[in-house]
Parts: sequence; C-alpha cells; structure tokens
Amino acid sequence: MSAGVIAKTVRGFSGALGRTLVSENSAHERGLLQALDPRVKLVGMLALVVTAALARKLPVMGALFGLGVALALGSRLSLWSLAKRVWLVAFAFTAMIAAPALFLTPGETAYTLGGVAITAQGVRSALLLIARVEAAVTLSTLLVLTTPWMHLLKALRTLMVPVEVIAMLAMTHRYVVLLTETANAMFEARQSRMVGRLNGREQRRLMVNTGGVLLSKTLEMGNEVFLAMQARGFRGEVRLLTEFRLRGWDYVAMSGFAAAVVAAALAGR
Amino acid sequence: MLESSTSGAAKAETLEFEAEAVRYEYERVAALQGLTLRVRAGERIALLGANGSGKSTLLRLMDGLHFACAGALRFRGEALTEEAMQDDGFAMNFRRRVGMVFQNPDVQLFNPTVFDEVAFGPLQLGWPREEILERVHATLQWIGAEHLKDRAPYRLSGGEKKRVAIASVIVLDPDVLLLDEPTAALDPRSQSQVIELLESWNDGRKTIITATHQLEILGEISGRAVVLERGAVVGDATPAEVLANTELLESANLIHSHRHLHGGVPHKHPSPYLRHEHHKH
Repeated sequence: MSAGVIAKTVRGFSGALGRTLVSENSAHERGLLQALDPRVKLVGMLALVVTAALARKLPVMGALFGLGVALALGSRLSLWSLAKRVWLVAFAFTAMIAAPALFLTPGETAYTLGGVAITAQGVRSALLLIARVEAAVTLSTLLVLTTPWMHLLKALRTLMVPVEVIAMLAMTHRYVVLLTETANAMFEARQSRMVGRLNGREQRRLMVNTGGVLLSKTLEMGNEVFLAMQARGFRGEVRLLTEFRLRGWDYVAMSGFAAAVVAAALAGR
Repeated sequence: MLESSTSGAAKAETLEFEAEAVRYEYERVAALQGLTLRVRAGERIALLGANGSGKSTLLRLMDGLHFACAGALRFRGEALTEEAMQDDGFAMNFRRRVGMVFQNPDVQLFNPTVFDEVAFGPLQLGWPREEILERVHATLQWIGAEHLKDRAPYRLSGGEKKRVAIASVIVLDPDVLLLDEPTAALDPRSQSQVIELLESWNDGRKTIITATHQLEILGEISGRAVVLERGAVVGDATPAEVLANTELLESANLIHSHRHLHGGVPHKHPSPYLRHEHHKH
C-alpha cells in the first residue's frame, strides 16, 4: 500500500494544482460575472453572502442558492465541478456540525432513530444551517472563480482595506500555490525512490515528517518570493495594467444585486 | 539623493558600491565576515566562490534586501540601511537603479503571464501605462521572448524562465545589474544565450556583478574577478590572473585536482577548466 499512499498523494496534489489553474482560467472566460467590474462584483456578492447569513427562512436561502446556481450557469461554470468541490464538501462538514441539533433541540418528535427522538425543530435548525452555508459558500466561490485573484485584491483596496491586509492576502495566495507545487515535487521524488511496502506506522511517520519539511520549505520559498517582489519595487500596493472602469452593465448589475438583497431581507424577516 | 551616472569618464570614477568591514549573520552563522570591496560604475565583476562562500548574501545586501549587522555598505555614497529603504523616495530611486536576477527563476516569476511578469517592476514604480506597454514589448522583443508574452511562467522551460526573469529586471534599464548564478542549471544553448546577453552590456554603460562558480565563462562575462571564501574577499584581480592562481582557486574550493591511476601509479592533474597538463605514461 506504500506506493498507493504516495501515488494517491501525488495525484491529490497534482489535482489541487490543476484546480488552481482551472480557477484562474475560469476567471478569464466570457461569462456573466466575469464581465462585471470587480468592485461591483465584490460588494454585490458580499452583500448577498451577508444576507444569506442573516436570513431566517428556508425559502429565502433556497432562492439565494438558486440565484447562485443561475449566476454560475450564466458565467459558464461547471455545475458538476461546483457540486464536487463546493456543495458536497460544504454539506459534509456542515451536516457533521448540525447533526447533534437533530437530537438535542427540544420540540415535537418528528422521527425516531434507534430509539432516539429527532425533533421537527431540530430538523429545521439543521436544514437552516446547511442551507445558509451552502448559499453563502456558493456565492463566495462564484466571486473567486470569476475574478482574477489580483483584481480581487485591487478591488479590496479600493474599498479601503489596509495595504498590510492586502499584502498578507497576496502572499498567502502565493504561499498556498507554492505549498502545493512543493508538496507535489516532494512526493513525486519520494515515489520515484520507493521500493516495497510501508506499514501503517511508517506511512504515518512519513506523512508527519513530510508535513514538517514541507512547511519549512514553503516558508523559505515564500520568503524568497517576497524578496524578489521587493527587489522589483513591491511595497504592498497592488498595481495592475488593467484600470477598473464602470460601464452600463455594471450599473444594471448593481441594481440587480441591490434588489436581490432588499427582497431577501424583506422576505427573510 | 541618488543620482544617475553620466558619461563614461565620469562613470569610471563613480563608486557604485562601497563595502567596509561588512558583517552579516544568518541565525548566528556568519555569512559575511569583515568584507571590504569597492565597485566602480561600469565595472563587470565576477564574484567567485564555492557554495556558502557569501556570494548570494553579498548580492542581496547590495540589492537592499538584507542589511549588514556590522560595518557599512554604501550605494553612490548613501548608506544602504533598513531605515534608508523605508523612505519611499529613496527606495523607489534605488529600485530603479539596481536590479537583481535571482538564482532560482521560479522565485522571481509570480505573475499570471510573461507579459504581466515583465510589467510588474514598472507598475510598482508608477510608470505611465503607455510607457509600460511600450517598454515591455520592446524588452520582450530584445530578449527574444515576444512569442511567450501570453504564456504562464510555470509553463516555460528552464532557459525561457531565466530569460523572462532577466527581462523582468532589465525592463527598468537599471544602472546596476546583480546576477546570482545566471547560467546555473541551464542547458548549453540557454547558457550561451544568457552569456551573449551579458556580453551585450560590455560597453560600460552598466555595472554588472555576477555571482558564479563557473570558471570557464569568467573571461566572457567580467573584467575583474573577486574571490570569496568564508564570507571574506581572498582574491581580487583580472580573470586571467585569478585563473592562473591555482593555489587560490583550490583554497577557495573552485577547482579540484583530478587524480587517476595508471597501472597502480597515481597521477595528479589540475582542474580540466584550466590548461590541460599533457604527460606521458
């Protein structure tokens, strides 16, 4: 199984790298959200995320989720990819957190599972949490998938987010990519030298040791990248060749976002 | 205030860098120990030394990325300190005048496309958009990388990455170029291309400091060779004089003696980089 563990890890990191690249590619597609000014998109999507977080009614969250799906389709994003990478993962994690509420929330018994009562109120609480998370995560993911990362950072800057925060976000993004690339290379190198099998204990030791080395290497590499950026004049500000300019379609979108937020806020009371 | 160098004669008299007893430590390990060195404008210097001799550290100090723990380092008479680099005016002027090409090009390539990469420096220095576009196109053409402009840097070959890394620095037309092992890990053709680029700046308009341990390219890329050993200067002469000093080169771990056996009889020859010693067996 040793070769299987390492080969799977290599494939996993390669897949992660590939997905990172796909994200950058999708941000340059000709789609609904991609055509918007990043500032309009940032404010609009964040407003919808906050609305989803504050909503108290399932139909409202369902509508916001449906809006997210419609925007995804209009932006030429693969629903299957979203389902695999976002919806299923969000559901799995949220369901784990929400599960105790099924049994612990007082109220009328709706179902019985192994002699333990599941209340209707508990089911509602769990569904509310899952729906809220799915809607919020979908809208946030759409923002990231349809906006080049540097444009997103520049949009944050125009919203007066401090330059130190922007610089941190820029380096964090770079560190994550470096981490994935370095991990991929390390595991490929290990795989090319593996003969025979590792038992479970050896596999765990391998993973722990590799994790520590990986973190050190990535930090070092990240520092080098930061020095290289400084050497060419970087002082925290994000500067781009592309200038943001509001066009007619952006004003339409702003109205649309505002209408959706107001409608959801009113309906969700 | 930093001033740009002017005519050739005036250039030769201008001190670009002046290091006096510079000391630098990495986590209590001394990378540079009492290093003293003067670099005149227009000089082409090769910094020679084995791995760990302090070449890269010295380049980074000269590029204002690290700062001396002791001693003084000056650029055109101005002290190169952390406080000085915190001043926006000084820092921007310095970054305009001094460019560094890192040993690992992957460290230097962090933008989505080659075009964005080369445009990064001028953008940071606040150049007008039209000037940036014009300069980036011209630089990519000059370096023979115009066809790569829309490609992602991670998809380039080693030689292409190195050329783009160089382009990302020379787009600013700096007066000083610091190059850390520019031909390392390159195939012979890519090495030749990089050496040709370095040779194109032989007219003295730029000060070029190249860290390398490849003795065979010394004469092509430099007019002065400075040998470092354990963080200090142990030799400073013309490339021919340095190459003739086998004792110095061996001591600095830049060459090794080649040994082989002939029917059980050991024979020793100097490094194949130097003039080969013919003998009969």
